[in-house]
Amino acid sequence: MHPIKLAVALGAAALMTAPALAQKSIYADYQRMTAENAPTELFELEGEETWKKRQGPKNASLEACDLGMGPGVLKGAYAALPRYFADAGRVMDLEARLLHCMMTLQGRSSEDAAKRVFGNENQASEMEALSAFVARHSHGMKLAAGRWHAKERETFELGRKLFYHRAGPWDFSCASCHGEEGKRIRMSDLPKLSEPKYVRPLMATWPAYRVSTSKIVTLQWRMNDCYRQMRMPEPVFGSETTVALIHYMTVTAEGEIYRGPAIKR
Amino acid sequence: MSAGPMKMRAALGAGYTDVRVLMSHPMETGQRKDASGKVIALHFIQNLTVKVNGKTVIEGQISQAVSRNPVFSFRLKGGAKGDRIEVSWLDNKGETNKTETAVA
Repeated sequence: MHPIKLAVALGAAALMTAPALAQKSIYADYQRMTAENAPTELFELEGEETWKKRQGPKNASLEACDLGMGPGVLKGAYAALPRYFADAGRVMDLEARLLHCMMTLQGRSSEDAAKRVFGNENQASEMEALSAFVARHSHGMKLAAGRWHAKERETFELGRKLFYHRAGPWDFSCASCHGEEGKRIRMSDLPKLSEPKYVRPLMATWPAYRVSTSKIVTLQWRMNDCYRQMRMPEPVFGSETTVALIHYMTVTAEGEIYRGPAIKR
Repeated sequence: MSAGPMKMRAALGAGYTDVRVLMSHPMETGQRKDASGKVIALHFIQNLTVKVNGKTVIEGQISQAVSRNPVFSFRLKGGAKGDRIEVSWLDNKGETNKTETAVA
């Protein structure tokens, strides 16, 4: 047995986002190569450990967490989120639901559960590793966020309104950057997020490993960071606002095959 | 971040075996500075060794040009179901880690 090829995947900090435009871009090759070699599995392993780890005042794991498919059922759970949860009386995305489980099953306070939701390159947060682990179990399934319950319809409408709602010192809305075709910031394409054809490939790839920052990033992080870039007050993690925006985009992307956890520039 | 988990897959094809291995490592270039302006020490994987059923088939030397959390994939000629593939690394601080899997 002899080695005939040793391919090394390098993570350079080149830029790439919207696949629709990427096909024409010189970065398409770069994106393809990195996508083949995303180290997301390392984070999924970490997430699995966290999922099974007993902690909090109740010394319980998250294994009995009901993500919408029944207690502890992971298969297809992510693809069907966000959705309405009767036990919480509201629509939740994956991260809001995980917070809920940390509080109800493990008995942790909301402050404790949300203390470190965004990690760094040295250590992913609990939430990020868990998101990668849970999302993996929906790989290859169709995105089908809940949209028929009255609360789900309400959340979708709220998300749509928030998307166009201008506020803050710069009078920005999400649509200021993501409301037209063909825009970009530096070298990154800015996809028109109200349009299914642009939002579908994006929603199919979160959470993701971000090569330029060497960390796993989630949709809640994306909402948080977009608000920061708009110079808005920091949104509350897993709040009605961030969940509504995520819900609006996921419903718009309905039917797309989930391909994550994936990689981003 | 020091030696973290590794994960490997080895899949048999027609006359070859595809191996893909992930490793956690900071791969510091020695050129970055921390928040206080101090240089972050060079810390990278130097040697990579691949063994098949205990026999060394690759002795690779890699550099700090490789990204953090490296992924390597390569194709080995031949192979059979159940062959033991072992991948280990040694970094410039003498830290080491290895993982083993059977060809499936």
